[in-house]
Amino acid sequence: MAPKLSSIAKTAHLASAAIANNATRSLKHSGQYQALRMMDNVRAASSTAGAKTITVRDALNAGLAEELDRDDDVFIMGEEVAQYNGAYKVSRGLLDRFGERRVIDTPITEMGFTGLAVGAALHGLKPVLEFMTFNFAMQAIDQIINSAAKTYYMSGGKQPCNITFRGPNGAAAGVAAQHSQCYAAWYGSIPGLKVLSPYSAEDYKGLIKAAIRDPNPVVFLENEIAYGESFEISEEALSNDFILPIGKANIEREGTDITLVGHSRSVKFCVEAAETLEKEYGVKAEVINLRSIKPLDVPAIIESVKKTNHLVTVEAGFPAFGVGSEICAQIMESEAFDYLDAPVERVTGCEVPTPYAKELEDFAFPDEPTVLRAAKKVLSL
Amino acid sequence: MLRTTARPSALTAVSRIAQRSLASSSTDLISIELPASSFEGYNLEVPELNFDTEKETLLKMYKDMIIIRRMEMAADALYKAKKIRGFCHLSVGQEAIAVGIENAITPEDTVITSYRCHGFAFMRGASVKEVLGELMGKRSGVSYGKGGSMHMFAPGFYGGNGIVGAQVPLGAGLAFSHKYRGQKAASFTLYGDGASNQGQVFESYNMAKLWNLPCIFACENNKYGMGTAASRSSAIVDYYKRGQYIPGLKVNGMDVLATYQASKFAKDWAAQGNGPLVLEYETYRYGGHSMSDPGTTYRTREEVQHMRSRNDPIAGLKAILLDKEIATEEEIKAYDKEARKYVDEQVAAAEADSPPEAKMDILFEDVYVPGSEIPVLRGRISDDSWDFKNKTFLNKVY
Repeated sequence: MAPKLSSIAKTAHLASAAIANNATRSLKHSGQYQALRMMDNVRAASSTAGAKTITVRDALNAGLAEELDRDDDVFIMGEEVAQYNGAYKVSRGLLDRFGERRVIDTPITEMGFTGLAVGAALHGLKPVLEFMTFNFAMQAIDQIINSAAKTYYMSGGKQPCNITFRGPNGAAAGVAAQHSQCYAAWYGSIPGLKVLSPYSAEDYKGLIKAAIRDPNPVVFLENEIAYGESFEISEEALSNDFILPIGKANIEREGTDITLVGHSRSVKFCVEAAETLEKEYGVKAEVINLRSIKPLDVPAIIESVKKTNHLVTVEAGFPAFGVGSEICAQIMESEAFDYLDAPVERVTGCEVPTPYAKELEDFAFPDEPTVLRAAKKVLSL
Repeated sequence: MLRTTARPSALTAVSRIAQRSLASSSTDLISIELPASSFEGYNLEVPELNFDTEKETLLKMYKDMIIIRRMEMAADALYKAKKIRGFCHLSVGQEAIAVGIENAITPEDTVITSYRCHGFAFMRGASVKEVLGELMGKRSGVSYGKGGSMHMFAPGFYGGNGIVGAQVPLGAGLAFSHKYRGQKAASFTLYGDGASNQGQVFESYNMAKLWNLPCIFACENNKYGMGTAASRSSAIVDYYKRGQYIPGLKVNGMDVLATYQASKFAKDWAAQGNGPLVLEYETYRYGGHSMSDPGTTYRTREEVQHMRSRNDPIAGLKAILLDKEIATEEEIKAYDKEARKYVDEQVAAAEADSPPEAKMDILFEDVYVPGSEIPVLRGRISDDSWDFKNKTFLNKVY
């Protein structure tokens, strides 16, 4: 049985076949052509009528490629981003298309390469630094916070730092305690950072471009399980210029009876719970996809609570001092307090280091039934 | 420029006398003979001990050093008068490094160092008034009063960094950017003997060598990391050898001509695409680690006195200026007096300046780049939340 070929090997085979067949395309261009074809998944998936779908991975890949194309100061750096095509294949084809000056593999030295990327940003470049997961970014967190986030302020506005830190955040599946933490609350507390947490493919594409163009340090929290998920995407979102504004939440589903607020993968459970609530209880839940942790779109939540009078927050991070805690505090400090008919309920990750066995891991993170239970409690159903 | 490339042995006694007689002209080249103890190489041929440089450069280096010395002494006095708060790390005794480097590089090169940064900020373009103003928390300070002693920035100068060792990967990043942009520039990335053991320093060495970055790692070894002698913190104290696979050069950091020659050598090395170097400028600080440290609990007063009297960089250059008849005793006294007067004026000007107004819009300024601020930043209570769009408090009263 012939061994399974890697995508790089496939590219090389195609290229050599092209030469063998006296094709006019050069070896270099064959690779690039193949890379472009690999990225052109949307065209492959679309039909003349009906909505287009795209995976989060491909949406992110397209967003990154567009920004690399648009601005020579942008470069991608991280472990396995170049030759390996990305640990999760997010940067697939980018090395072939843009070359090793723009897409750079690093040694496994988070503190060092994060500082290096921040230094490059201080000098005026626009690095997009990948952490294989944000768990590993803890080794580099001094550079993210003390060297990147605070420098513009400490320099009295003289020294900006246009850097984007991106990578999977929160739970994967069965990767246990050291590989499953959600850092939204940690980074969300730092003045000087912006923190984004996309949910849908459109979010990923529009927000990664916004993050790269934003002149401040931006932490872009992705999710590994989301990479393979497919979403419908509008024609507009597929274009080169599609940017989403930072700090604006999205109403995924309109409702009148209860507000479910989540970010990243938690939005999925909110949407599912909303469907169940409608079907089984006739309750119309409004689902808010935060998209942005810092700034938090508090006005959107307030508007919704004024309409529905009930609020449930959903996140995968640890409960103590989390995103949900912040939302509760913000709501309580605002006019929305008077509109609440019940206390806010937070659905969070469980307060344990993530266990390995699936039976236990299932208790560690929110899911649709848990969100449903919280909603029923708040509505006294 | 034939004379600068001529081999030293070609200079005869006759031509040397001829040079001396022309010494009164300010554009003259002076030939310098450094002692053999100035350099020690590690997998590296050391720079030429004999070189020519312009008389103007030597005079400028003298003036630079005395201004930095006076500025640091002024900071010392202001701190004791409680006009400077918090941390204040002075570089008295270490002037030859900042001055030697700056005179060897161009504005396109970049410099980054730790918190002992006042001299570097001045050399890279901040005025004495701006440096002292920042120390005193004035609005006219180099960071508008927002940064303080450890966070001073100037064109081509990336601080001023408070976290020990964090500046080293940043410096490697500056070098990365030089290379990325195809610039023939180098990044001088300074750190102390205390920082030299940080893991991120070695991570930076690795990436700089792997990617052939024009990064000059430069350890300012002043023998003590705060109160800990180098031999108590480091398994080997030959910091110029720590780069293992990176060539190293130890320099007498108390001799500004040695630091100048070494820095020029390093800049050329990097600009020619030879990758990184690890320099060690051997130096000494007369003061303590910071203003809160008397500096005498972990070393003897005799040691400090010995360094001051035998190895002072300013006295050393003065001796050369006199010996080569570049300046007379009276002229040097005049320079000293001028420097003192200049610094005193700058101190007075800085003291007369006002601090930032105690207003919230100044407090919240520069958290983000103007025009890209997040809508609200919270104050101490919810009422004090600052609304960037309307430039006013949110006044969350309901």
